[in-house]
Amino acid sequence: MIRLPLVLFFSAVLFSTGVYGVLARRNAVLVLMSIELMLNAVNVNLVAFSQFWHDITGQVFALFVIAVAAAEVGIGLAIVILIYRNRETINVDEVNLLKW
Amino acid sequence: MTGQEYVFAVLALVGTISAIRLVTAKNVVHAALYLVVTLSVVGGVYLLLAAEFVGWVQILIYVGAIVILFLFGLMLTRAPIGREALDNQQRGIAFLIGLGILGGLVYLIQGAFSWSGPRLRPSVGTTAQLGQSLFRQWVLPFEAVSFLLLAALIGAVVLSRRDDRP
Amino acid sequence: MVGAAETLSATAIGPGFARLAWVVAVLPLVSAALTLFFGKRTPGRGWIYGVAAMSAGFVLSVLVLWHFVQGGGAVGSSVTWFTIGPLHVEAGQYVDGLTAIMLIVVTAVSLAVHVYSIGYMHDDVRFTWFYVVLSVFTAAMLNVVIADNLIQLLVGWEVMGLCSYLLIGHWWEERINSNAAIKAFITTRIGDVPFMFGIFVLIAATGFHSANIQQVGELVGGPDVSRGLVSVAALLLFGGTIGKSAQFPLHVWLPDAMQGPTPVSALIHAATMVAAGVYLVGRMYSVFLHAAPEVLGFVGIIGGITMFGAALLALVQDDIKRVLAYSTVSQLAYMVTAMSVGPAGRDAAFFHLFTHAFFKALLFLGAGCVIHAVHSNNMSDMGGLWRRMPVTFWTFAFGSAALAGIPPLAGFWSKDELLVAASKGHAVVFTLMLVTALVTAFYTTRMVMLTFLGPYRGHGEPEEAPAVMTGPLVALALGTVSVGFLGAALTRGVFFKWVFFEVPEPVTFVLWVATLSILAAGLGVLAGWYVYRERPEPDPVFQLGWLSSVLVNKFYLDEVYMNGIVLPVRDRLAAAAVWFDRNVLDGMVNGTARLTKDLALGTDEFDRTVVDSAVNGVAQAAGFTGGLLRYLQSGNVQRYAAFLFVGVVVLAIVITRI
Repeated sequence: MIRLPLVLFFSAVLFSTGVYGVLARRNAVLVLMSIELMLNAVNVNLVAFSQFWHDITGQVFALFVIAVAAAEVGIGLAIVILIYRNRETINVDEVNLLKW
Repeated sequence: MTGQEYVFAVLALVGTISAIRLVTAKNVVHAALYLVVTLSVVGGVYLLLAAEFVGWVQILIYVGAIVILFLFGLMLTRAPIGREALDNQQRGIAFLIGLGILGGLVYLIQGAFSWSGPRLRPSVGTTAQLGQSLFRQWVLPFEAVSFLLLAALIGAVVLSRRDDRP
Repeated sequence: MVGAAETLSATAIGPGFARLAWVVAVLPLVSAALTLFFGKRTPGRGWIYGVAAMSAGFVLSVLVLWHFVQGGGAVGSSVTWFTIGPLHVEAGQYVDGLTAIMLIVVTAVSLAVHVYSIGYMHDDVRFTWFYVVLSVFTAAMLNVVIADNLIQLLVGWEVMGLCSYLLIGHWWEERINSNAAIKAFITTRIGDVPFMFGIFVLIAATGFHSANIQQVGELVGGPDVSRGLVSVAALLLFGGTIGKSAQFPLHVWLPDAMQGPTPVSALIHAATMVAAGVYLVGRMYSVFLHAAPEVLGFVGIIGGITMFGAALLALVQDDIKRVLAYSTVSQLAYMVTAMSVGPAGRDAAFFHLFTHAFFKALLFLGAGCVIHAVHSNNMSDMGGLWRRMPVTFWTFAFGSAALAGIPPLAGFWSKDELLVAASKGHAVVFTLMLVTALVTAFYTTRMVMLTFLGPYRGHGEPEEAPAVMTGPLVALALGTVSVGFLGAALTRGVFFKWVFFEVPEPVTFVLWVATLSILAAGLGVLAGWYVYRERPEPDPVFQLGWLSSVLVNKFYLDEVYMNGIVLPVRDRLAAAAVWFDRNVLDGMVNGTARLTKDLALGTDEFDRTVVDSAVNGVAQAAGFTGGLLRYLQSGNVQRYAAFLFVGVVVLAIVITRI
């Protein structure tokens, strides 16, 4: 018997923390971790509303999000390793060739 | 406050602190360990919400597999230690934006439900129910996701293998 | 011969292996997939799959025929393929005696070609690919043969077209080969379009209810279908035959298709693709019979022109494969012509198709051995090979004798049936067939004598082909000797108990027809021997004045197509466009230009003083702001992300406020 807003607030906190991490971290792996945080916040929302509406579909989508997150991490880390191999760094603010 | 809410409050507190430590840690390995704590807490929240299957998947996939991936990523890329090495110059702006998003979300949730909003009466979430829904209604998306994972697998292999050609 | 009672009792026999006919068509498809995926890793680069599938297919085809040997009836089975409104299209098989015979022809020749190619294509870089396409091609032809509905038949028909394009252009590095492939593809396609519309017309004629060949065949005879519609459909279907079976005026692709590897020529131009056109007419014979009689007349005219014209063209070729190509066109036209004289002619045409497949495949493969040995297609580089290549010579001689119509070889018996069918009230067709038989015997003799007799005129020391190439020759030669007796009237052959239209036609041996046929063949052979016994130089066929030049230029058909169709579209249309451009458009443009020039002079002054300063001012302002804005594009992803999230917050606030 948990109040819905409590869960949503927790999710909001996780999400904002994730946003901060994405914006403030230089290390690409840490940026990816922060993105995971945001995805988890979304999942918490999905599960909470699934129980709120008594509809299992929300949890099905939480599973899909987890699967997509796994794929994203796999590809993301492969790209990070590729960048590291080519540039000797994975600091995202140093990978800035696309500019004026 | 019910007993479940107390448990939730403790979990949420631990989760919030570890999430904040995750984005502020000076050592990348510590950050990864805080990620483990945060993900486990989220898994605990799922269990508390009676979404048992999603909860165990969270523990297995996230804590078990994805974190290992991250650790490998950290291992394969030389990660320096220290705040200046890990954070960039727009920390202040980032903090403001994060705060703005939190404020916006809290404002929206408040507007929709108010503090003493509706209580959840967990009713769905057993593995049997989830399986029924997944393989009756959502088979096609499920297959699409499996295909996506396969593509990601191949993509990761292609991207990270060493190119032997000169 | 075969009474109705016997046919009735025959249906009591179980379908046996006939039900499994579709397996024959699937086997080469499986072997194609295996060759494609595992071919290069298999010892021998993957020929084993195709050969194994063809062997199994041949054995199974014989078992299927056994059902009809025992007197069994037709067997059909199908599954629903798709449904459009009331139209149910099924994918399935319809197996009768004709199907069984065609299965045997296709698998036997394909097996021979598969084995032969092991030797012939041995050094080819795309060996494995060659076998893949060969197998797919065979599968497509088998699909055409067993198809029980028109759509399925069309699929096989088109796949064959594609595969023939790939095979003819197998050595595409040389421009002439890829051009030949394109010519074959486009020319047959010109026939395929009417064919497709013919299918549509037939489906429309059934009231959009069925594409099933048997049902269509029954319906067109009924009162519900107008005769005009059936006639149109028959003419359109015959368009497909003209294209695929290389009938006049679309026969031009077949001689050029000789640019492909020789085993391909044997497969495409003896047993499968070109036979498909004849098979189509025979399979849809009900449509042709119930059309206006003028349609069958048209079929006969086309066939007659092609039969005689192609035989004349075969006279003047120097390329041995081109002789065989024109001979194929001519023999196919025999079948088409026979189709026009009625059901008896149809059955006789199929008998000729059956025997022709064996001896023409034999001739092509034999020619391949010769080409392999002397490294030239030209008969002027050959001669005297009979000592050096005895196996090739003797098998080739058997094939040639069969083609010329010498008894008791297969070609004689089937040609005899054709003549008997035509002798009953079709005097023109009959005479034309006899004359063509004479010409055929003449050019066949010429080909054999130029290739195998006299002194050797080429370079190097030609040697007999390896056993893997001569083996199929011997096997096909045995077929050439024996299969004729299956349908020979003199020996009361059983062929016509298996292949018949509605009711089996009685086969009769007509002595005067056989005598005339032997006379024509003998005369042709003797004339050929007499003219070429001394190896006259230059070749007398080129000494016939205007006739020679007409023939050497292939009746100027290629020129007519080039000047009449290709060039007008390309040049005349272009020239007309140029004329219009110069006189009309240019005039308008020039007039406008003069007007504009005067206006421009006036505007110029205004422009330089007023407009320029305004434009320059705007440009400078834009450049300045641009210079400021470009600092926003830092190349830093996180900066962009920060903008994004700021935007999200702002948008959220704005939207909730409203």
